[in-house]
Amino acid sequence: MYRRIEWIYAWLLLMPALILLFAFTHYPAVTTFWASFFSTPRGRRQAEFVGLENYITLIEDETFWQVLLNNTWFALITIPVSISLALIMALWVDGKLRGRSFIRMAYFAPTVLPLIAVANIWMFFYTPGFGLIDQVRGLFGFGEVNWLGDPELALGSVIVVAIWKEAGFFMIFYLAALQSIPPSLREAAAIEGASRWTYFRRIVFPLLMPTTLFVSVNAVINSFRLVDHIFVMTNGGPNNASSLLLFYIYETAFQYWETAYASTLTVVLLLLLSLLAIGQFYFVDRKVHYR
Amino acid sequence: MSGVEIEVRALTKSWEEATAVDGISFTAPAGAFTVLLGPSGCGKSTSLRLIAGLEEATAGQILIDGEDVTQQPPNKRQISMVFQSYALFPHLSVAENILFGLKVRRVPVPEQSARLEKTAALLGLSELLKRRPSQLSGGQQQRVALGRAIIAEKPICLMDEPLSNLDAKLRHEMRIELRALQQKLGLTMVYVTHDQAEAISMADKIIVLNGGRIEQAASPRAIYETPASLFTARFIGTPPMNLLRLAKQEGGWRIAGDTAPFAESFDGPHPDELVLGLRPEDLGVADSGGLPALVESIEYLGSDNLIDCRVGSERLTARLPHRHRITPGELVRLTWAQGAAHLFNAITGERLAEASRLYAGSSHDLQNDRGRQIAANSTAATGAS
Repeated sequence: MYRRIEWIYAWLLLMPALILLFAFTHYPAVTTFWASFFSTPRGRRQAEFVGLENYITLIEDETFWQVLLNNTWFALITIPVSISLALIMALWVDGKLRGRSFIRMAYFAPTVLPLIAVANIWMFFYTPGFGLIDQVRGLFGFGEVNWLGDPELALGSVIVVAIWKEAGFFMIFYLAALQSIPPSLREAAAIEGASRWTYFRRIVFPLLMPTTLFVSVNAVINSFRLVDHIFVMTNGGPNNASSLLLFYIYETAFQYWETAYASTLTVVLLLLLSLLAIGQFYFVDRKVHYR
Repeated sequence: MSGVEIEVRALTKSWEEATAVDGISFTAPAGAFTVLLGPSGCGKSTSLRLIAGLEEATAGQILIDGEDVTQQPPNKRQISMVFQSYALFPHLSVAENILFGLKVRRVPVPEQSARLEKTAALLGLSELLKRRPSQLSGGQQQRVALGRAIIAEKPICLMDEPLSNLDAKLRHEMRIELRALQQKLGLTMVYVTHDQAEAISMADKIIVLNGGRIEQAASPRAIYETPASLFTARFIGTPPMNLLRLAKQEGGWRIAGDTAPFAESFDGPHPDELVLGLRPEDLGVADSGGLPALVESIEYLGSDNLIDCRVGSERLTARLPHRHRITPGELVRLTWAQGAAHLFNAITGERLAEASRLYAGSSHDLQNDRGRQIAANSTAATGAS
């Protein structure tokens, strides 16, 4: 009897979180998967079962492949660059430094600022002619560049903003991890005559591996779910040059109202993300030392 | 490998707001076990870290083997070190932890493994080499830390409270083992502790620190038998030395709060208040004579009893064997041998040589008894009889 009551309590306590999770995560995921096998309902026309037709469309969709390629580039550049920047900044801020707390705050600021505001600031930086970057370039006699309007440069410009935004956030995790390393380890290494580099490579870096794994999983997820500052800065243009997967899904679903095709795209995105996360845990986790 | 001497000259370490080490000078003789002893915050760990080169000295010099190393980094000082927290690298195995220094210094691999084998055998770690520190007990972790220190084959080993994280039994075993290891390898050991029992049992030389200054530097026996200051007297010994305030009165001294005279006045300038020190283990009881004291409580220790008594307003503890049947509320007559008492200037804390004249025997020991034991056995006292 007593046992059963405990059991009920447990479920009652889990209930709020479970309801939220199921209502807003699991149920939509399943219906999305289901919807990807149907046509888009329009007006009086009901959604019909179309089998894999949506998936065939997807394979033939050139925009999808371009967006996927964009996203791959975006991930391949932002992830390593923002993680290494975060690590370097954390190592610097962790040291004994004048105005350390100010620098920490400064680095963290991009993460705290609302994304739309940030995107607007960067749009000013990127404005051709009188934007900050072009003004500085002007001092050295360089001409105007349309950073966000040039198909060659748009993606790169968006990548810079993403790195700027992510690095500070990841730095906080690295900083927390660095501060949990007891200073006596550094001293023990110093007594043995280890250089700073040896200490970093042999001691600090391995001890940071759990953080690196956590941060990199986050970075991968973030790089595939970026939508807001593309929305503000380039709207995916020019000619889809800076469009990423999630932005494309948004466009398909809520601008063209191709909800069935958007569901198909979403399923692909989910599949991709879970493969990446599983891969990361599988390959990296074995090399990670958890304390 | 044999030890080298460390000499510290007027060493000072201060931060903006505080001075941790205030101009201390001492030597740690080659091949000897030197203990830096003091309460927390006395500057003992800072002194050790200064010797190790982990802190930069504000002033003063450190000489190792006659060479000034004050400005040298830790690895140029011929030292190895064991930390209080052991500072083992959690992601490396026992073997890798021990070999860390040799790998950093690029010692050839065959020599590495030979030295690892030797060290592991010496410390009984051979079976544990593949484990991670988190899979070891506290005592085993301690051994790994020790292994990392001795495999370096440096002539000096510094230890910062290495036993404080171990339980009492293990601590006792490790004490003996450490001492044996130090003697076997002929290391110059500088060992920091706040545990006076540890210091007394292991050291060749104890340096008692208080408030960043040296109170006394001497052999354990000298520190126990003739503490140079009130601080040292209070710090050494379990249970600690009884310290009774003496107040000046006409023609001599009495125990504070007591009416009967205790000692005759003696020559030389003395402050208005003295402190009499008596170790609990030096006290005995007699049927007559002695210093009358009221028993307040008795603590059973197994081997002995600790008898808490009161004389005047002062309390003192006597450590007595069981054969004395004593009950609370009883009046006992405490005695002690000549030379067992200690006397300090209550204001400066300095030891006064007159201590040896103060003793209390049973009445038939003291022919010059005046109804109450007393013995300011100075010329004045003998003269009075």
